[in-house]
Amino acid sequence: MTMRRSKGVIAGIGELRPVRRTEGVTTLELIAEVSRRAAMDAGLEPGQIDGLLVGPQVGETPQHVPATVAEYLGLQPAMANVVDLGGASGPGMVWRAAAAIEAGMCEAVLCVLANTRDETPARSPNRNPIREFDVPFGASGANISYALLMQAHMAAYGSTPEDFARIAAAERANALKNPDAIFHDRPATIDDILSSPMVASPLHLLEIVMPVAGGDAVIVVSAERARSLPRNSVHLLGAGEKVTHRAVSQAPSLTSGPLKAAMSRALSQSGTTADEMSLLSLYDCYTIMVATTLEDSGLCGPGEFGAWLRQHDLSHAGDFPLNTHGGQLGFGQPDLAGGMTHVVEAVRQLRGDAHGRQIANARLALVTGNGATMSEATALVLGAG
Amino acid sequence: MDIADLKVPAPTMTALTTPFWNAAQQGRLTIQRCEACGKAIFYPRGVCPHCWGTALQWEDASGRGLLKSFSVVHRPGHPGWLPIAPYTVGLVELAEGPTMLSFILRDPGDEIAVGAAMQLAPTLIGGRILPAFRQQTTFHERTGK
Ligand SMILES: [Zn+2]
Repeated sequence: MTMRRSKGVIAGIGELRPVRRTEGVTTLELIAEVSRRAAMDAGLEPGQIDGLLVGPQVGETPQHVPATVAEYLGLQPAMANVVDLGGASGPGMVWRAAAAIEAGMCEAVLCVLANTRDETPARSPNRNPIREFDVPFGASGANISYALLMQAHMAAYGSTPEDFARIAAAERANALKNPDAIFHDRPATIDDILSSPMVASPLHLLEIVMPVAGGDAVIVVSAERARSLPRNSVHLLGAGEKVTHRAVSQAPSLTSGPLKAAMSRALSQSGTTADEMSLLSLYDCYTIMVATTLEDSGLCGPGEFGAWLRQHDLSHAGDFPLNTHGGQLGFGQPDLAGGMTHVVEAVRQLRGDAHGRQIANARLALVTGNGATMSEATALVLGAG
Repeated sequence: MDIADLKVPAPTMTALTTPFWNAAQQGRLTIQRCEACGKAIFYPRGVCPHCWGTALQWEDASGRGLLKSFSVVHRPGHPGWLPIAPYTVGLVELAEGPTMLSFILRDPGDEIAVGAAMQLAPTLIGGRILPAFRQQTTFHERTGK
């Protein structure tokens, strides 16, 4: 039997309930609140946190983000950095934190992402190739990029709008079990999803995450340090990462993404296989992202996600629980923290803390993060202590 | 509103990409070719992404390509495009190799599908000529309907 070695421990989690609007609140205030929750959950004093990983802050703090956050929180970290991988930033922080601890740089790393949401969201004044060669042709924003990926999948494999809608419907059903989810009281059927407005064909409105304000944080410590803490430990057993492009026109493939390599590495490091997972906590900015991730994971073959979905139950009581917090399609997408919601839910499940939606005997979780246009990918395998 | 009069974001051209946009104003699509490895490159760069060669020569592309994917945009990401929505954008794999995102011109009733043969169709969009594309033959021509 393969020994599953712990690369680090997630000792605490924090999450803010998502909201549609924040009025007069700063990102730093939200970071402080979600960090406080994670430290309390871990049973750590602020002075015991000596590592800090944060995300970029468009429109608020373009540079010196770690120092700005550290100063606000009264931390003096021995390791500080920005992780800028879009929706993969959260999972990307977790293995970086473990690696920094392993390298002897620090002992307890706060990984935190939060965002406000005003009437007019801040826009970054980009001057880069995607701004120069996509935007002038009418292709601004992620919706169109993922619509192009979805159309390519349908053309290559004959996947149908109903196949994709089934993903959103399953996640919206899961969100009904999460009182914090933005759609916790609003179910959506396959028909509802298919009859929602077309945003960019073949992508319907309800196949796209709802942007919200919120925040998520985790604290990573060494396995040794974790032994003195009150909570059940959740271990990082494997990680993988891959970045292949930025603009969708430059993608090496439209029907398979960098998560394929990232998941393969994470599974191989942990000595596990995808079908052993108690929970699939898969990044889901759009339905197409889940479809491609299922195929890239090897759970089904290329083009087979639709048939696979019809054969499995994705609820917490099912044979392949998927995004039991509702995913971002059901929970809402608090910007970059959206990727961290998949980590936080996996920790809840593996600790047995997912009240009302607990997976029986949850032992292993596959967590994925995805950024830009199926460009930036991080995968983690987490295990119960 | 006519597509020529849209108030949409202009290309953010740089010293290196100015030859591309100047050629576009003359209705040409130019790409770079790497002298070291022979591969064609789009978008224009300072270094070949295949071999990091720096001797890159401009050439006129054939203007032919295949449609790898497309989307009919009903809710544009930038409000400047609203007056002509829904409109079509697509990924065109140029005959020379690289892929570019472009605006796809379509006549009323012009069906479109992934794999369609595409042809460069320089078009005045928002006050500047852009290298847009259209199908090599329209649906009407193919079917005789
Ligand atoms: Zn070259």
